[in-house]
Amino acid sequence: MSALIRAEHLSVALDGHPVLTDVSLAVAPGEIVTILGPNGSGKSTLLRALLGIVPATGGRVARAEGLVIGYVPQRLAVDRTLPMTVRRFLSLPKRVGDAAAMAALARVGVPDVAQRQMADLSGGQFQRVLLARALLAGPDLLVLDEPTQGLDQPGEAAFYRLIEEVRRETGVAVLMVSHDLHVVMAASDRVICLNGHICCEGTPRVVSTAPEYRALFGLGTQGALALYQHVHDHSHDGGHDAGSGHAHHYDHTHHDHHHA
Amino acid sequence: MLGPAMPITTTTRITITTMLDDFLVRAALAGVGMSLATGPLGSFVVWRRMAYFGDATSHAAILGVALALAADLPVTFGTLVVALAMAVTVATLASRGWAMDTTLGVLAHSALAFGLVAVSFVPGARTDLSAWLFGDILAVTRGDLALIWGGALLVAGLLIWRWQALLTATLNEDLAHASGLNPARERLVLTLALAVVVAVAIKVVGALLIAAMLIIPAAAARGMARTPEMMALLAVGIGAASALAGLQLSLWQDTPAGPSIIAAATAIFALSAMFGRMGRR
Repeated sequence: MSALIRAEHLSVALDGHPVLTDVSLAVAPGEIVTILGPNGSGKSTLLRALLGIVPATGGRVARAEGLVIGYVPQRLAVDRTLPMTVRRFLSLPKRVGDAAAMAALARVGVPDVAQRQMADLSGGQFQRVLLARALLAGPDLLVLDEPTQGLDQPGEAAFYRLIEEVRRETGVAVLMVSHDLHVVMAASDRVICLNGHICCEGTPRVVSTAPEYRALFGLGTQGALALYQHVHDHSHDGGHDAGSGHAHHYDHTHHDHHHA
Repeated sequence: MLGPAMPITTTTRITITTMLDDFLVRAALAGVGMSLATGPLGSFVVWRRMAYFGDATSHAAILGVALALAADLPVTFGTLVVALAMAVTVATLASRGWAMDTTLGVLAHSALAFGLVAVSFVPGARTDLSAWLFGDILAVTRGDLALIWGGALLVAGLLIWRWQALLTATLNEDLAHASGLNPARERLVLTLALAVVVAVAIKVVGALLIAAMLIIPAAAARGMARTPEMMALLAVGIGAASALAGLQLSLWQDTPAGPSIIAAATAIFALSAMFGRMGRR
């Protein structure tokens, strides 16, 4: 299976400062890959380089022929001076029919917002509308830059469940950026830990126990994430072995899968 | 059609009336034509917060007037070239990350100052200065009218052609980029459109008030619109209505036409703001 998008020894410098060094990664069809990293680790820059928004200073980005990307930006401020209904927004930049627009809104769980102004939506509704717009292009690859910023924990979890469902239904590949491993664990096939370069990668379970990851996020110290991870580990029946892949969250998704 | 029988003695009065009609019709057409461009472009100026950008570009037009008169070139050509140079300069500085508030402040005011100084060296231009600063819609000729409508239709056509891409890039440049659009190209479209509008509108409202003609009708339209298209169309209507009302005021009270048009637009804005606020409660 050939990759949809591939970075080969990619280096990016912004204003002369190296931000990314020698990053190689690939996303296969139908795969969900999450890029994790602390602030300033170059996560957003990596996505922007893959999308061709910032130029590579070294290495290259290769895309599959005719690749259609659905992009959900990190932050989209709809200026108060710009009147924009949800329905109108879905038709940017390509106009879509009413039926397709309604189906997309229903799919992401906000069927009733079509005539609302974008500026009046809640954070969760807004992110779902952004996702609906991205899906309307019929993408092979969804690229999401911290899509749950500003959502509360249940909102985040629900959003990632939705991403996982959409992948299962459409087979779309997903490349996303997150700051928090445990919320994306269930929805990710593979996690890449980034801090200017790739520190470690693997299944969420492997990464969560990797020393590089722990060094990066200060696990084993007194961080909130560490506490959560600690509880999390105990809730599982002693399975600390990295390759098991039976983390708590995974069990949940498997339950979700049964009806499909 | 034959009217009631008219005594011969009124022939001269009829001729004057026809002339009056003619220049009024020309003035009205000039105002309406200009609004076709200022409505949609003004909406983008409001959405993208380019107000000062509009100021710098339109003030530079005075320098264009002076240079054109000194070089014995058509004034429209001079304003177009200098406005374009200023618009491109500002857009380039913005993309290089200059502190835009200060940069635009320097450029907008210095363009005006240099323009006024340059005009003082051109014999004869001094007497017409207020026409260039505040517009002279009542003196619009047939040739001016052709330029105004030609330029306005060009701008409106350009904006309609790039509409979807312009809107996407205005919302979010990364989003536009990811959709295969080039935000820099869309910025250039707006830059070009702004220069053309300045060259078109200088005769109608004058260099000092072009930015106002862009912003005020669009701002008045905001409260009544639910979509970008509705706002742009309403801005055209409000701009045209302001031009006609300002013209009327100018005729009745002998006020300067350009400022009268802006005053009328501001009155509509105030009504829209009050009405919108009451409607929201």
